[in-house]
Amino acid sequence: MKWETVIGLEVHTELLTESKIFCGCSAKFGGEPNTRLCPICTAMPGSLPVLNKRVLEYAMRLGIVLGCTISKSSKFDRKNYFYPDLPKAYQISQLYAPILRGGQLEIDLDGQKKAVRLREIHIEEDAGKLLHSGFGETHMDFNRCGVPLLEIVSEPDFSSGDEVLLYLEKLREILLYLGISDCKMQEGSLRADVNISVRQIGGELGVRTEMKNLNSFKAISRAIEYEADRQIGILESGGKIAQETLRWDDDIGESYSMRSKENAQDYRYFPEPDLLPINISEEWISEIRKDLPELAHQKRERYISEYKLSEFEASVITGHKNISDLYENISAHSNAPLESARLITGEVMRLMNQTNTLPEELSVDAQKLGTLVTLVTDGKINRGAYKQAVEAVFTEDVDPEDYISKNGLMMQNDSAAVKEAVSVIMAEQASAVSDYRSGKEKAFGFLMGQVMKKLGGTANPEAVKEMLKKELS
Amino acid sequence: MFELSALELSALICEKKMSVTEAVRAYIDVIKKSDNVYNAFVAISEEKALAVAADVQKRIDAGEKLSPLAGVPIALKDNISTLGIPTTCSSKMLSGYTPVYSATVVDRLEQAGLIVLGKLNMDEFGMGGSSETGFSGTVKNPWDVSRVAGGSSGGCAAAVAGGEIPLTLGSDTGGSIRQPCSFCGTTGIKPTYGAVSRYGLIAYASSMDQIGPIGRDVDDCAALLSVISGFDRKDSTCVIKKPFDFRSASSGDLSGVKIGLPRNYLEDGIDSSVKNAILTAAKEFEDSGAVVEEFEMPLTSYMIAAYYIIACAEASSNLSRYDGLKYGYRNPDAKSLADVYKLSRSEGFGLEVKRRIMLGSFVLSSGYYDAYYKKALKARALIKDAYNKLFELYDMVLSPIAPTTAYKLGENINDPMKMYLGDIYSVSVNLAGLPAVALPCGFDESGLPIGFQLVGDAFSENKLVDTARVYQHRTDFHKRKPPQIAF
Repeated sequence: MKWETVIGLEVHTELLTESKIFCGCSAKFGGEPNTRLCPICTAMPGSLPVLNKRVLEYAMRLGIVLGCTISKSSKFDRKNYFYPDLPKAYQISQLYAPILRGGQLEIDLDGQKKAVRLREIHIEEDAGKLLHSGFGETHMDFNRCGVPLLEIVSEPDFSSGDEVLLYLEKLREILLYLGISDCKMQEGSLRADVNISVRQIGGELGVRTEMKNLNSFKAISRAIEYEADRQIGILESGGKIAQETLRWDDDIGESYSMRSKENAQDYRYFPEPDLLPINISEEWISEIRKDLPELAHQKRERYISEYKLSEFEASVITGHKNISDLYENISAHSNAPLESARLITGEVMRLMNQTNTLPEELSVDAQKLGTLVTLVTDGKINRGAYKQAVEAVFTEDVDPEDYISKNGLMMQNDSAAVKEAVSVIMAEQASAVSDYRSGKEKAFGFLMGQVMKKLGGTANPEAVKEMLKKELS
Repeated sequence: MFELSALELSALICEKKMSVTEAVRAYIDVIKKSDNVYNAFVAISEEKALAVAADVQKRIDAGEKLSPLAGVPIALKDNISTLGIPTTCSSKMLSGYTPVYSATVVDRLEQAGLIVLGKLNMDEFGMGGSSETGFSGTVKNPWDVSRVAGGSSGGCAAAVAGGEIPLTLGSDTGGSIRQPCSFCGTTGIKPTYGAVSRYGLIAYASSMDQIGPIGRDVDDCAALLSVISGFDRKDSTCVIKKPFDFRSASSGDLSGVKIGLPRNYLEDGIDSSVKNAILTAAKEFEDSGAVVEEFEMPLTSYMIAAYYIIACAEASSNLSRYDGLKYGYRNPDAKSLADVYKLSRSEGFGLEVKRRIMLGSFVLSSGYYDAYYKKALKARALIKDAYNKLFELYDMVLSPIAPTTAYKLGENINDPMKMYLGDIYSVSVNLAGLPAVALPCGFDESGLPIGFQLVGDAFSENKLVDTARVYQHRTDFHKRKPPQIAF
């Protein structure tokens, strides 16, 4: 029998707003437990939510880019369930009238375009965290309570784990470029639940299971493969798939059942009476559209046309929002877009590889690198000194000008010193001099190197070359 | 001083004929003496009140312009959050809970120079009409202490009727300000939904809860309403732009005012004494120049059901946060998370609250949502429409508040259906979010007070207050006192 896998995704992404969705507390990740709290996000009796307008603006940005229909009047609903990480015992979410419906995201499958349809995108609040001490104690940390989330629900349009990963990468790129989420899976600001079923090709849809606790792209891909195989195995041996929610354990590479359909929670959704319907005008939408941040492909095109970067350089730089941000900041500081691009695609990429730094972890100071770009383009330091200083800034965050002066890396343009060095080397390396004069061009490079070394690596190579040529002729 | 209205007392204080501290001390003494009978108070915050009194006196002495109620002692229903003063909703579930913040209305009272003396008893979480369901014991009606004070703001009405305090803040979700006013002969205003901030009001049914004043007469209540009303960015449903201003005096003439009187409210199931008092009040309005016209109130058979479905649904969700983990009561022997929830909630909530949580959970559960909750929302929309049409014909509607006068303690407590049906005249006002004033208008043969309500269109409080002023100018029911009261 030939089987195909049918997959749908529910992606949760935390929004990068300054404050939480319904109160003024900081929405930043982390912090000492229970320090970012107020009566509202801890559900003190009598407190009331007030919607953070920025959350709507961020949702609208995403809706515009993904071609969703933006609801002119969306509403909030309460999803009721008891759990210690949810102090109100209900989550404010959107069931009946989500802010965004429809839309699609196009993925590129080896040159073949495939549009993944979106069902809806809705706004909700995150819950807190439970910290299990290991001594039978559980502690509650409410810092994350009320951090805004978007839940992006796709149609079951995926047929493989590869497609899912392409979609997630593309979605992450868009979220990052729109500046609405930092998409750090390890911090939980991007989370995906996967719905999987299998069917005979072209046949009726099968019973689906939902997989939770997928904390990396690799885990998602492994879990999909595992679950599809598990379901096919059951069906081929004549069994039936149970509709259930599964939890993925990435350490052992297996899933286990969290709850069956019979034990599914009844969330008793109903309209949130503490919040008014959200009204969104055409004017507001066009304002958001006008101020939409540039996406990766738009930046790519602009870099090529405006800064004359090569296609390769533009692609490398726009590969991640943090890298293009770094590039633009260096470029703005140094006013040298080409040299800045060369720095990114050359030294910065090399140093990232060397130090195993992921783009999301990139924290190098753009101003400092910009200063070095200016120094090298102004001929104040030579290439060797430049490379050395870039590495020092990247790995140790040194002050570039300080570093250069301390290490004597400023380029020497003292012609007397150059002349002196050239004559010393010519005297020391008499055989190389005669080699050169007898037509062995290669000897020139050797002599060049010796003079540079003599001058401590900081001489202007052009000046050395000129002087050496003059003296040898 | 006890015979003075709140406005008169404030005037006296501002003229320096009495100090704020004197007034506060005098009322605290009264409360301490008489409240073992009425049980209207659940907490007296003497120390804090005296400190605030001294501060208010300083502000008055410094010439600060406070409000026409500056220096007046006030008490609050125990579902209004007060920083540093326990707030329990008369529930064991919130025993030991002291808020870390004050409700917006409490901040406004402080700015206006009123002094909070304590917290008032109520039906647990506002669920009840007799102030018998609370953990803090039964409130007694000062007109006859073998009878209920009404509810859920029974503590407010009893404290005012018993002369323990000149002014209070209660809350009204389905008649909880108006019905105790009717039972205790006090005056109250249930404001339009969205006129007074709910921030800090411990929720029963969020889409209907509204804080309002209970006092001795409409002037005091109107003055208090202008202090507490107005926009608040902490409550998204508080849509009013600026506070009410009731200062302009009414003309004393109601010519041109059209009042509707729902004929069918006076037909079945209403005590004849109540009916007669309502008709006498109607006559009084006609004598003041108003036109009173009878009409048939539509949709009456849906009102109770729609109200209880929506209120209980919201309550079941609002009261879920009381899980025994964060504050309030926790069963000390619970060994697992499920037990903490189950035991704490089973023991922390009283019978009526549990009944409403069960009812609300049921009507929201999958498979029943459409048949109950959704239908109730439809009925609510129809009731709103019906009122909108009524207000094209009438300026306001005059109606009874409760079909009976105050009943005996314990008489109805085991018959919830009878209790619920007693709300027939009041709940549609909350479903439609409308304002109403409750005024005393007579006594039954046992000498128990009877009240009526004037219901107006949304944000028509000025018109209602004007009309109520004319009525109280012509009558003295609001000035009568229970026989044993000395003030």
